[in-house]
Amino acid sequence: MKKRFWAPFIITLTLGTLVSAALRPERTQTPPAGYPIGGTVADFKLKNVDGSVISLSNYKDKKGVIVVFTSNHCPFSKVYEERIIGLDKKYAAQGFPVLAINSNDAGDYEENSFDNMKKRAQEKGYSFPYLQDETQAVAKAFGATRTPHVFILRNDGSKFTVQYIGTIDDNYQDPAGVTKRYVEDAVSNILMGKPVVVTQTKAVGCAIGWKDA
Amino acid sequence: MIKCIRLLGAWLFLGHQVVQAQEVSVVKWKEIQNILSQSSDTTYIVNFWATWCKPCVAELPHFEEVQKNYKDRNVKVIMVSMDFAKDLTARVIPFVSQHQLTGKVWLLNEPDANNWINKISTEWSGAIPATLIVNNQKKKKVFFEQKLDYDRLVKELSDFL
Repeated sequence: MKKRFWAPFIITLTLGTLVSAALRPERTQTPPAGYPIGGTVADFKLKNVDGSVISLSNYKDKKGVIVVFTSNHCPFSKVYEERIIGLDKKYAAQGFPVLAINSNDAGDYEENSFDNMKKRAQEKGYSFPYLQDETQAVAKAFGATRTPHVFILRNDGSKFTVQYIGTIDDNYQDPAGVTKRYVEDAVSNILMGKPVVVTQTKAVGCAIGWKDA
Repeated sequence: MIKCIRLLGAWLFLGHQVVQAQEVSVVKWKEIQNILSQSSDTTYIVNFWATWCKPCVAELPHFEEVQKNYKDRNVKVIMVSMDFAKDLTARVIPFVSQHQLTGKVWLLNEPDANNWINKISTEWSGAIPATLIVNNQKKKKVFFEQKLDYDRLVKELSDFL
């Protein structure tokens, strides 16, 4: 008797789920919404290439963090690699280090395996952590869609807030041809206690391939 | 005799395709802008790809097929490569002939992408593959930041024809 009572509810629920799944528009690669400018970043914890585990809360004594979603395989990441190393060199000493995250599926590109990440960080002498976002949960939380994709976080005391989302500068092909240094301008302003002027930019990059897509 | 002419025609046609396959024009934003602002009843499929982008390469044959099957229906396919301009001769041209791409291939040499991504679509984050389908006379435009296949392209095109 009890079973019979619940059956219609269970059937309705199951059908409802099926129907809503079927009606969902077919856009498997829809970019995640992510944090808006000014949004508070939830703490996360990821494995670093040196074997340690790093969380955002490790940075609570810093003025901010330059979070860079990057990858081993992507030509855009490769051409920006030296510039990313340069950002850490310039700003880590001022309390604003780089934190690199690889959210790519190593199944798509073997170059992004944890072993290859370790190699890359060693070869290039990364002075900053290079974290593996294996479940891609961090990329999704941020709304990172491509590599490289930069998020500048300001430490507001009790929380980290997003102050800039976008590209490093305005010329991926030629560092000598750069006229606008978006990330440097943003970090400099934050360090001076000023608001960031250009808060969002776009750039062409390699799509982060979602594992469930 | 007719067979002979047919063969000759086929040979000329194939020959022409081979020539086309080896042509990759390096373009500036202006050329893309011309496509976006043209007023004829032509439906343009503009795909953004790169030789090193696996999902992009995987969908290339679908775009080739659409281009072949729809060329008499005012549909033009333009494959816009985001490869670096310095890789044109060493990488892009060999790739295009190796994959026997017969469609129009452009290499867009405009490194300040922040200036033009939103002009393609404000929905575009900048990740590739990405595809724009546009017909100005019909005032229709649709954009995808995702992989597409032949069936999906045909389905989307049906709204434009």
